[in-house]
Amino acid sequence: MGEAIVVTSGKGGVGKTTTSANIGTALALLGKKVCMVDTDIGLRNLDVVMGLENRIIYDLIDVAEGRCRLNQALVKDKRFDELYMLPAAQTKDKSDVSPEQVKEMVLELKKEFDYVIIDCPAGIEQGFRNAVAGADRAIVVTTPENAAVRDADRVIGLLEQTQIPARLVINRIRANMVRSGEMLDIDEICQVLAIDLLGIVPDDEKVIRSANAGEPTVMDPSSRAAIAYRNIARRMLGDMVPLMPLEEKSGVMKRFRKFLGIG
Amino acid sequence: MTEKQHITIKGVKEGLIFLLDDHCEFSSLLDELQFKLEKSHQQLLSGPIVHVQVKLGTRQVSEDEKEQLRSLIRQQGNLLVQSIESEPPIVSQLEDGNNLKVLTGIVRSGQTLEHDGNLLLMGDLNPGGTLLCTGDIYVLGALRGLAHAGYKGNEEAIIAASLLKPTQLRISGVISRPPDEWMTGDAAMEFAYLSEGAMKIDKMTQLQRLRKLPVLFRA
Repeated sequence: MGEAIVVTSGKGGVGKTTTSANIGTALALLGKKVCMVDTDIGLRNLDVVMGLENRIIYDLIDVAEGRCRLNQALVKDKRFDELYMLPAAQTKDKSDVSPEQVKEMVLELKKEFDYVIIDCPAGIEQGFRNAVAGADRAIVVTTPENAAVRDADRVIGLLEQTQIPARLVINRIRANMVRSGEMLDIDEICQVLAIDLLGIVPDDEKVIRSANAGEPTVMDPSSRAAIAYRNIARRMLGDMVPLMPLEEKSGVMKRFRKFLGIG
Repeated sequence: MTEKQHITIKGVKEGLIFLLDDHCEFSSLLDELQFKLEKSHQQLLSGPIVHVQVKLGTRQVSEDEKEQLRSLIRQQGNLLVQSIESEPPIVSQLEDGNNLKVLTGIVRSGQTLEHDGNLLLMGDLNPGGTLLCTGDIYVLGALRGLAHAGYKGNEEAIIAASLLKPTQLRISGVISRPPDEWMTGDAAMEFAYLSEGAMKIDKMTQLQRLRKLPVLFRA
Protein backbone atom coordinates (compact mmCIF):
# COMPACT_ATOMS: atom_id res chain seq x y z
CA MET A 1 0.00 0.00 0.00
CA GLY A 2 1.45 3.31 -1.06
CA GLU A 3 1.10 6.73 0.42
CA ALA A 4 -1.05 9.59 -0.83
CA ILE A 5 0.41 13.06 -0.44
CA VAL A 6 -1.49 16.21 -1.26
CA VAL A 7 0.40 19.29 -2.38
CA THR A 8 -1.51 22.36 -1.31
CA SER A 9 -1.02 26.03 -0.46
CA GLY A 10 -4.24 27.98 -0.21
CA LYS A 11 -2.90 30.83 -2.28
CA GLY A 12 -2.58 30.46 -6.02
CA GLY A 13 0.62 30.89 -7.96
CA VAL A 14 3.06 29.80 -5.28
CA GLY A 15 4.12 26.71 -7.20
CA LYS A 16 1.86 23.81 -6.22
CA THR A 17 1.79 22.30 -9.68
CA THR A 18 5.51 22.83 -10.25
CA THR A 19 6.22 21.27 -6.87
CA SER A 20 3.91 18.33 -7.57
CA ALA A 21 5.50 17.70 -10.96
CA ASN A 22 9.02 17.96 -9.64
CA ILE A 23 8.52 15.93 -6.51
CA GLY A 24 6.69 13.27 -8.50
CA THR A 25 9.47 13.12 -11.06
CA ALA A 26 12.18 13.19 -8.39
CA LEU A 27 10.57 10.23 -6.64
CA ALA A 28 10.43 8.39 -9.96
CA LEU A 29 14.08 9.28 -10.45
CA LEU A 30 14.78 7.55 -7.13
CA GLY A 31 13.11 4.42 -8.48
CA LYS A 32 9.67 4.77 -6.91
CA LYS A 33 6.42 4.00 -8.60
CA VAL A 34 4.56 7.29 -8.67
CA CYS A 35 1.19 8.53 -9.83
CA MET A 36 0.37 12.22 -9.93
CA VAL A 37 -3.25 13.26 -9.69
CA ASP A 38 -4.39 16.66 -10.90
CA THR A 39 -7.50 17.69 -8.96
CA ASP A 40 -7.61 21.21 -10.38
CA ILE A 41 -10.68 20.48 -12.46
CA GLY A 42 -11.46 23.19 -14.96
CA LEU A 43 -7.96 24.67 -14.73
CA ARG A 44 -5.67 21.73 -15.28
CA ASN A 45 -1.96 22.50 -15.56
CA LEU A 46 -0.05 19.48 -14.39
CA ASP A 47 -0.19 17.86 -17.81
CA VAL A 48 1.27 21.00 -19.39
CA VAL A 49 4.12 21.22 -16.91
CA MET A 50 4.85 17.53 -17.44
CA GLY A 51 4.57 17.89 -21.22
CA LEU A 52 1.89 15.22 -21.40
CA GLU A 53 -1.01 17.33 -22.60
CA ASN A 54 -1.22 15.67 -25.99
CA ARG A 55 -1.41 12.17 -24.53
CA ILE A 56 -4.57 12.65 -22.52
CA ILE A 57 -7.50 10.50 -23.57
CA TYR A 58 -9.67 10.23 -20.48
CA ASP A 59 -9.62 12.32 -17.33
CA LEU A 60 -10.61 12.24 -13.68
CA ILE A 61 -14.21 13.21 -14.40
CA ASP A 62 -14.52 10.41 -16.95
CA VAL A 63 -13.44 8.00 -14.24
CA ALA A 64 -15.84 9.55 -11.71
CA GLU A 65 -18.75 9.33 -14.11
CA GLY A 66 -17.91 5.80 -15.15
CA ARG A 67 -16.98 6.43 -18.77
CA CYS A 68 -13.71 4.59 -18.30
CA ARG A 69 -11.74 2.54 -15.83
CA LEU A 70 -9.17 4.27 -13.63
CA ASN A 71 -6.13 2.75 -15.32
CA GLN A 72 -7.43 3.71 -18.74
CA ALA A 73 -7.29 7.35 -17.73
CA LEU A 74 -3.72 7.14 -16.45
CA VAL A 75 -1.17 8.81 -18.71
CA LYS A 76 2.29 7.30 -18.71
CA ASP A 77 5.19 9.71 -18.55
CA LYS A 78 7.50 9.96 -21.53
CA ARG A 79 10.67 9.76 -19.42
CA PHE A 80 9.91 7.17 -16.77
CA ASP A 81 8.13 3.86 -17.02
CA GLU A 82 6.96 3.99 -13.44
CA LEU A 83 5.58 7.54 -13.50
CA TYR A 84 1.93 8.14 -14.30
CA MET A 85 -0.50 10.98 -14.21
CA LEU A 86 -4.26 11.15 -13.76
CA PRO A 87 -5.27 14.37 -15.52
CA ALA A 88 -8.08 16.68 -14.48
CA ALA A 89 -10.89 17.59 -16.82
CA GLN A 90 -10.61 20.97 -18.43
CA THR A 91 -14.26 21.39 -19.33
CA LYS A 92 -15.99 20.60 -16.06
CA ASP A 93 -16.11 22.13 -12.62
CA LYS A 94 -14.81 21.24 -9.16
CA SER A 95 -18.33 20.39 -8.06
CA ASP A 96 -18.63 17.67 -10.69
CA VAL A 97 -16.73 15.27 -8.49
CA SER A 98 -17.21 14.55 -4.82
CA PRO A 99 -14.55 14.06 -2.12
CA GLU A 100 -15.76 10.45 -1.76
CA GLN A 101 -15.15 9.73 -5.44
CA VAL A 102 -11.63 11.20 -5.30
CA LYS A 103 -10.94 9.29 -2.12
CA GLU A 104 -11.98 6.07 -3.80
CA MET A 105 -9.69 6.71 -6.77
CA VAL A 106 -6.75 7.60 -4.56
CA LEU A 107 -7.32 4.46 -2.53
CA GLU A 108 -7.24 2.38 -5.68
CA LEU A 109 -4.10 4.12 -6.91
CA LYS A 110 -2.38 3.55 -3.57
CA LYS A 111 -2.67 -0.18 -4.10
CA GLU A 112 -0.62 0.06 -7.25
CA PHE A 113 1.80 2.92 -6.61
CA ASP A 114 4.37 3.74 -3.95
CA TYR A 115 3.39 7.39 -3.98
CA VAL A 116 0.26 9.18 -5.10
CA ILE A 117 0.98 12.90 -5.43
CA ILE A 118 -2.22 14.94 -5.45
CA ASP A 119 -2.00 18.41 -6.95
CA CYS A 120 -4.53 20.57 -5.13
CA PRO A 121 -6.20 23.63 -6.64
CA ALA A 122 -5.87 27.04 -5.01
CA GLY A 123 -8.50 27.99 -2.49
CA ILE A 124 -10.14 26.14 0.37
CA GLU A 125 -13.46 25.27 -1.19
CA GLN A 126 -14.75 22.13 -2.86
CA GLY A 127 -11.57 21.65 -4.91
CA PHE A 128 -9.50 21.63 -1.74
CA ARG A 129 -11.88 19.21 -0.03
CA ASN A 130 -11.70 16.91 -3.04
CA ALA A 131 -7.91 16.98 -3.05
CA VAL A 132 -7.39 16.28 0.65
CA ALA A 133 -10.11 13.63 0.88
CA GLY A 134 -7.84 10.69 0.18
CA ALA A 135 -4.55 12.12 1.42
CA ASP A 136 -2.44 10.55 4.16
CA ARG A 137 -0.06 13.49 4.37
CA ALA A 138 0.26 16.96 3.03
CA ILE A 139 2.97 19.16 1.65
CA VAL A 140 2.14 22.82 2.14
CA VAL A 141 3.86 25.07 -0.36
CA THR A 142 4.44 28.71 0.43
CA THR A 143 6.61 31.52 -0.82
CA PRO A 144 8.37 34.09 1.38
CA GLU A 145 5.52 36.56 1.12
CA ASN A 146 3.12 37.56 3.86
CA ALA A 147 0.03 36.75 1.83
CA ALA A 148 1.27 33.27 0.95
CA VAL A 149 2.28 32.55 4.53
CA ARG A 150 -1.12 33.72 5.78
CA ASP A 151 -2.92 31.39 3.40
CA ALA A 152 -0.58 28.53 4.18
CA ASP A 153 -1.41 29.04 7.86
CA ARG A 154 -5.11 28.86 7.07
CA VAL A 155 -4.62 25.65 5.12
CA ILE A 156 -2.51 24.10 7.85
CA GLY A 157 -5.35 24.85 10.25
CA LEU A 158 -7.79 23.05 8.00
CA LEU A 159 -5.43 20.11 7.57
CA GLU A 160 -5.02 19.87 11.33
CA GLN A 161 -8.77 19.61 11.67
CA THR A 162 -8.82 16.65 9.31
CA GLN A 163 -5.72 15.29 11.08
CA ILE A 164 -3.52 15.18 8.02
CA PRO A 165 0.10 15.76 9.05
CA ALA A 166 1.69 18.51 6.98
CA ARG A 167 5.21 19.48 6.09
CA LEU A 168 6.36 22.73 4.62
CA VAL A 169 8.12 23.61 1.37
CA ILE A 170 9.21 27.21 0.98
CA ASN A 171 9.40 27.99 -2.69
CA ARG A 172 11.06 30.74 -4.68
CA ILE A 173 13.47 32.03 -2.12
CA ARG A 174 15.72 34.80 -3.30
CA ALA A 175 18.93 34.71 -1.32
CA ASN A 176 19.87 38.30 -2.04
CA MET A 177 16.48 39.65 -0.92
CA VAL A 178 16.52 37.55 2.25
CA ARG A 179 20.00 38.81 2.99
CA SER A 180 18.95 42.43 2.61
CA GLY A 181 15.91 41.82 4.80
CA GLU A 182 13.40 42.57 2.07
CA MET A 183 12.05 39.04 2.09
CA LEU A 184 10.80 36.94 4.98
CA ASP A 185 13.49 34.52 6.01
CA ILE A 186 13.07 30.81 6.56
CA ASP A 187 13.19 31.02 10.33
CA GLU A 188 10.44 33.62 10.46
CA ILE A 189 8.16 31.54 8.27
CA CYS A 190 8.83 28.37 10.24
CA GLN A 191 8.16 30.19 13.51
CA VAL A 192 4.76 31.35 12.37
CA LEU A 193 3.64 28.15 10.68
CA ALA A 194 5.16 25.83 13.27
CA ILE A 195 5.29 22.71 11.14
CA ASP A 196 8.25 20.62 10.00
CA LEU A 197 10.23 22.05 7.14
CA LEU A 198 10.55 19.59 4.28
CA GLY A 199 12.63 21.77 2.03
CA ILE A 200 13.44 25.11 0.54
CA VAL A 201 13.57 25.84 -3.16
CA PRO A 202 15.53 28.81 -4.45
CA ASP A 203 14.03 31.04 -7.10
CA ASP A 204 15.39 29.86 -10.40
CA GLU A 205 14.59 31.03 -13.91
CA LYS A 206 15.19 27.54 -15.17
CA VAL A 207 11.98 26.43 -13.47
CA ILE A 208 9.92 28.69 -15.72
CA ARG A 209 11.90 27.74 -18.78
CA SER A 210 11.54 24.03 -18.20
CA ALA A 211 7.85 24.29 -17.25
CA ASN A 212 7.20 25.96 -20.57
CA ALA A 213 9.12 23.22 -22.31
CA GLY A 214 7.05 20.56 -20.55
CA GLU A 215 10.12 19.15 -18.88
CA PRO A 216 10.22 19.07 -15.06
CA THR A 217 13.14 21.04 -13.67
CA VAL A 218 14.41 18.08 -11.65
CA MET A 219 15.75 16.54 -14.84
CA ASP A 220 18.32 19.32 -15.18
CA PRO A 221 20.95 18.79 -12.45
CA SER A 222 22.62 22.10 -13.21
CA SER A 223 19.60 23.90 -11.80
CA ARG A 224 19.65 24.74 -8.10
CA ALA A 225 15.93 24.26 -7.89
CA ALA A 226 16.37 20.76 -9.31
CA ILE A 227 18.80 19.85 -6.56
CA ALA A 228 16.37 21.29 -4.02
CA TYR A 229 13.54 19.12 -5.34
CA ARG A 230 15.74 16.05 -5.35
CA ASN A 231 16.65 16.78 -1.74
CA ILE A 232 12.97 17.06 -0.88
CA ALA A 233 12.24 13.71 -2.49
CA ARG A 234 15.08 12.09 -0.55
CA ARG A 235 13.79 13.56 2.70
CA MET A 236 10.38 12.12 1.89
CA LEU A 237 12.00 8.72 1.67
CA GLY A 238 13.48 9.26 5.11
CA ASP A 239 17.02 10.36 4.22
CA MET A 240 18.65 13.03 6.29
CA VAL A 241 19.63 15.71 3.81
CA PRO A 242 20.82 19.05 5.13
CA LEU A 243 19.08 22.19 3.93
CA MET A 244 20.71 23.87 1.02
CA PRO A 245 22.71 26.86 2.24
CA LEU A 246 21.29 29.86 0.43
CA GLU A 247 24.15 32.24 0.97
CA GLU A 248 27.12 30.07 0.36
CA LYS A 249 25.72 28.43 -2.70
CA SER A 250 24.84 31.73 -4.27
CA GLY A 251 28.47 32.68 -3.72
CA VAL A 252 29.54 29.58 -5.57
CA MET A 253 27.11 30.38 -8.35
CA LYS A 254 28.45 33.89 -8.57
CA ARG A 255 31.98 32.65 -8.76
CA PHE A 256 30.96 30.11 -11.31
CA ARG A 257 29.21 32.73 -13.39
CA LYS A 258 32.15 35.03 -13.07
CA PHE A 259 34.33 32.23 -14.25
CA LEU A 260 32.15 31.83 -17.29
CA GLY A 261 32.15 35.57 -17.78
CA ILE A 262 28.39 36.13 -17.46
CA GLY A 263 28.13 37.31 -13.83
CA MET B 1 -40.69 27.64 57.81
CA THR B 2 -40.17 24.96 55.29
CA GLU B 3 -37.60 26.59 53.07
CA LYS B 4 -33.96 27.04 53.89
CA GLN B 5 -33.30 29.66 56.49
CA HIS B 6 -31.52 32.76 55.28
CA ILE B 7 -31.10 34.50 58.60
CA THR B 8 -29.10 33.36 61.54
CA ILE B 9 -29.29 35.18 64.83
CA LYS B 10 -26.34 34.90 67.13
CA GLY B 11 -25.93 36.20 70.58
CA VAL B 12 -22.64 37.77 71.58
CA LYS B 13 -21.45 39.77 74.55
CA GLU B 14 -22.35 43.08 72.92
CA GLY B 15 -25.79 42.01 71.82
CA LEU B 16 -27.09 40.19 68.80
CA ILE B 17 -25.65 39.58 65.40
CA PHE B 18 -27.99 39.02 62.46
CA LEU B 19 -26.21 37.03 59.77
CA LEU B 20 -28.02 37.50 56.50
CA ASP B 21 -27.48 35.12 53.64
CA ASP B 22 -25.84 36.81 50.64
CA HIS B 23 -27.13 34.60 47.84
CA CYS B 24 -30.93 34.81 48.12
CA GLU B 25 -33.30 37.56 46.98
CA PHE B 26 -33.25 40.68 49.10
CA SER B 27 -37.04 40.66 49.35
CA SER B 28 -37.09 37.15 50.77
CA LEU B 29 -34.61 38.33 53.40
CA LEU B 30 -37.02 41.05 54.41
CA ASP B 31 -39.91 38.61 54.58
CA GLU B 32 -37.98 36.18 56.68
CA LEU B 33 -36.68 38.90 58.95
CA GLN B 34 -40.19 40.13 59.56
CA PHE B 35 -41.40 36.59 60.22
CA LYS B 36 -38.62 35.92 62.67
CA LEU B 37 -39.05 39.16 64.54
CA GLU B 38 -42.80 38.92 64.84
CA LYS B 39 -43.40 35.23 65.13
CA SER B 40 -40.73 32.67 65.82
CA HIS B 41 -38.30 34.65 67.93
CA GLN B 42 -40.80 36.80 69.78
CA GLN B 43 -39.75 35.70 73.24
CA LEU B 44 -36.04 36.17 72.55
CA LEU B 45 -36.44 39.63 71.27
CA SER B 46 -38.45 41.21 74.00
CA GLY B 47 -36.96 42.67 77.12
CA PRO B 48 -34.15 45.15 77.73
CA ILE B 49 -32.53 47.13 74.91
CA VAL B 50 -30.24 45.03 72.80
CA HIS B 51 -27.70 46.20 70.28
CA VAL B 52 -27.89 44.57 66.89
CA GLN B 53 -25.20 44.22 64.27
CA VAL B 54 -26.45 43.23 60.83
CA LYS B 55 -23.97 41.36 58.66
CA LEU B 56 -24.83 41.01 55.02
CA GLY B 57 -22.01 38.78 53.89
CA THR B 58 -20.80 39.82 50.47
CA ARG B 59 -24.12 41.32 49.48
CA GLN B 60 -23.90 44.96 48.44
CA VAL B 61 -26.98 47.01 49.36
CA SER B 62 -28.15 50.52 48.64
CA GLU B 63 -28.95 53.07 51.32
CA ASP B 64 -32.62 52.48 50.59
CA GLU B 65 -32.34 48.81 51.33
CA LYS B 66 -30.38 49.52 54.49
CA GLU B 67 -33.19 51.77 55.62
CA GLN B 68 -35.72 49.01 54.94
CA LEU B 69 -33.73 46.67 57.16
CA ARG B 70 -33.36 49.29 59.88
CA SER B 71 -37.04 50.17 60.04
CA LEU B 72 -38.02 46.52 60.12
CA ILE B 73 -35.77 45.81 63.07
CA ARG B 74 -36.72 49.06 64.77
CA GLN B 75 -40.35 47.92 64.89
CA GLN B 76 -39.23 45.63 67.62
CA GLY B 77 -38.98 48.16 70.42
CA ASN B 78 -36.01 46.76 72.24
CA LEU B 79 -33.70 46.31 69.24
CA LEU B 80 -31.20 49.03 68.40
CA VAL B 81 -29.42 48.71 65.10
CA GLN B 82 -25.81 49.47 65.68
CA SER B 83 -24.41 48.73 62.25
CA ILE B 84 -25.21 47.22 58.92
CA GLU B 85 -22.11 45.83 57.31
CA SER B 86 -21.24 43.96 54.20
CA GLU B 87 -17.87 42.46 53.45
CA PRO B 88 -15.99 43.84 50.51
CA PRO B 89 -16.64 41.70 47.45
CA ILE B 90 -14.08 38.99 46.95
CA VAL B 91 -11.17 40.58 45.14
CA SER B 92 -11.82 40.15 41.47
CA GLN B 93 -8.33 38.80 40.90
CA LEU B 94 -9.10 35.77 42.99
CA GLU B 95 -12.31 35.19 41.14
CA ASP B 96 -10.46 35.62 37.88
CA GLY B 97 -7.89 33.12 38.92
CA ASN B 98 -10.59 30.55 39.40
CA ASN B 99 -12.00 30.99 35.98
CA LEU B 100 -8.78 31.00 34.03
CA LYS B 101 -8.91 28.66 31.08
CA VAL B 102 -5.66 27.19 29.86
CA LEU B 103 -5.44 26.11 26.24
CA THR B 104 -2.56 24.66 24.30
CA GLY B 105 -2.10 25.01 20.57
CA ILE B 106 -1.82 27.44 17.72
CA VAL B 107 -4.71 29.64 16.69
CA ARG B 108 -4.12 29.84 12.96
CA SER B 109 -5.36 32.14 10.24
CA GLY B 110 -9.13 31.90 9.89
CA GLN B 111 -9.62 30.33 13.30
CA THR B 112 -11.47 32.02 16.14
CA LEU B 113 -11.27 31.15 19.78
CA GLU B 114 -13.97 32.52 22.04
CA HIS B 115 -14.00 32.27 25.79
CA ASP B 116 -16.06 33.52 28.67
CA GLY B 117 -13.59 34.52 31.33
CA ASN B 118 -9.83 34.73 31.27
CA LEU B 119 -7.75 32.79 28.84
CA LEU B 120 -4.20 31.55 28.89
CA LEU B 121 -3.05 30.34 25.51
CA MET B 122 0.07 28.22 25.57
CA GLY B 123 1.05 28.68 21.95
CA ASP B 124 0.82 31.26 19.23
CA LEU B 125 -1.94 33.41 17.86
CA ASN B 126 -1.10 33.75 14.18
CA PRO B 127 -1.97 36.60 11.84
CA GLY B 128 -5.54 36.14 10.65
CA GLY B 129 -6.49 34.28 13.82
CA THR B 130 -8.80 35.76 16.44
CA LEU B 131 -9.04 35.49 20.21
CA LEU B 132 -12.21 36.76 21.86
CA CYS B 133 -12.41 36.87 25.61
CA THR B 134 -14.72 38.48 28.14
CA GLY B 135 -11.80 38.75 30.54
CA ASP B 136 -8.03 38.93 30.19
CA ILE B 137 -5.97 37.30 27.49
CA TYR B 138 -2.56 35.90 28.31
CA VAL B 139 -0.47 34.34 25.58
CA LEU B 140 2.57 32.27 26.44
CA GLY B 141 3.91 32.52 22.93
CA ALA B 142 3.69 34.96 20.07
CA LEU B 143 0.58 37.08 19.70
CA ARG B 144 0.52 38.02 16.03
CA GLY B 145 -3.20 38.04 15.24
CA LEU B 146 -6.23 39.86 16.57
CA ALA B 147 -6.88 39.73 20.29
CA HIS B 148 -9.99 41.21 21.84
CA ALA B 149 -10.10 41.21 25.62
CA GLY B 150 -13.15 42.19 27.63
CA TYR B 151 -15.19 42.11 24.46
CA LYS B 152 -18.47 42.29 26.31
CA GLY B 153 -17.48 45.63 27.74
CA ASN B 154 -14.88 44.98 30.40
CA GLU B 155 -12.50 47.93 30.32
CA GLU B 156 -10.34 46.45 33.04
CA ALA B 157 -9.26 43.58 30.85
CA ILE B 158 -5.69 43.32 29.69
CA ILE B 159 -3.85 41.49 26.93
CA ALA B 160 -0.45 40.11 27.81
CA ALA B 161 1.93 38.11 25.66
CA SER B 162 5.48 36.79 25.62
CA LEU B 163 5.76 38.37 22.19
CA LEU B 164 3.23 41.11 21.54
CA LYS B 165 3.19 41.71 17.79
CA PRO B 166 -0.52 41.87 17.02
CA THR B 167 -2.22 42.87 13.80
CA GLN B 168 -4.86 44.50 15.97
CA LEU B 169 -5.65 44.75 19.65
CA ARG B 170 -9.02 45.45 21.13
CA ILE B 171 -10.00 45.96 24.73
CA SER B 172 -13.69 46.46 25.34
CA GLY B 173 -14.62 49.00 22.63
CA VAL B 174 -11.17 50.43 22.01
CA ILE B 175 -9.31 49.37 18.90
CA SER B 176 -5.61 49.83 18.38
CA ARG B 177 -3.55 49.07 15.33
CA PRO B 178 0.15 48.59 15.72
CA PRO B 179 2.50 49.56 14.27
CA ASP B 180 0.55 52.62 13.06
CA GLU B 181 -0.28 53.66 16.58
CA TRP B 182 2.47 52.20 18.65
CA MET B 183 5.44 49.96 18.31
CA THR B 184 7.89 49.02 20.95
CA GLY B 185 11.37 47.69 20.56
CA ASP B 186 11.49 43.95 21.02
CA ALA B 187 7.80 43.42 21.83
CA ALA B 188 8.80 40.84 24.42
CA MET B 189 6.87 40.33 27.66
CA GLU B 190 4.43 43.15 27.25
CA PHE B 191 0.82 43.82 27.99
CA ALA B 192 -1.86 46.18 26.73
CA TYR B 193 -4.41 47.93 28.92
CA LEU B 194 -6.81 50.81 28.83
CA SER B 195 -5.99 54.05 30.51
CA GLU B 196 -8.53 56.84 30.23
CA GLY B 197 -10.07 55.23 27.21
CA ALA B 198 -6.83 54.81 25.30
CA MET B 199 -4.78 51.71 24.70
CA LYS B 200 -1.42 51.65 26.40
CA ILE B 201 1.41 49.17 26.14
CA ASP B 202 3.82 48.46 28.91
CA LYS B 203 6.32 45.92 30.11
CA MET B 204 4.96 43.01 32.10
CA THR B 205 6.83 44.14 35.21
CA GLN B 206 4.57 47.19 35.37
CA LEU B 207 1.42 45.11 35.54
CA GLN B 208 1.36 44.90 39.32
CA ARG B 209 1.27 48.69 39.57
CA LEU B 210 -1.75 48.83 37.31
CA ARG B 211 -3.61 46.00 38.91
CA LYS B 212 -2.71 46.63 42.54
CA LEU B 213 -2.85 42.91 42.86
CA PRO B 214 -3.40 41.38 46.25
CA VAL B 215 0.00 40.42 47.50
CA LEU B 216 0.32 36.78 46.75
CA PHE B 217 3.68 36.23 48.35
CA ARG B 218 3.09 37.71 51.77
CA ALA B 219 3.40 34.55 53.77
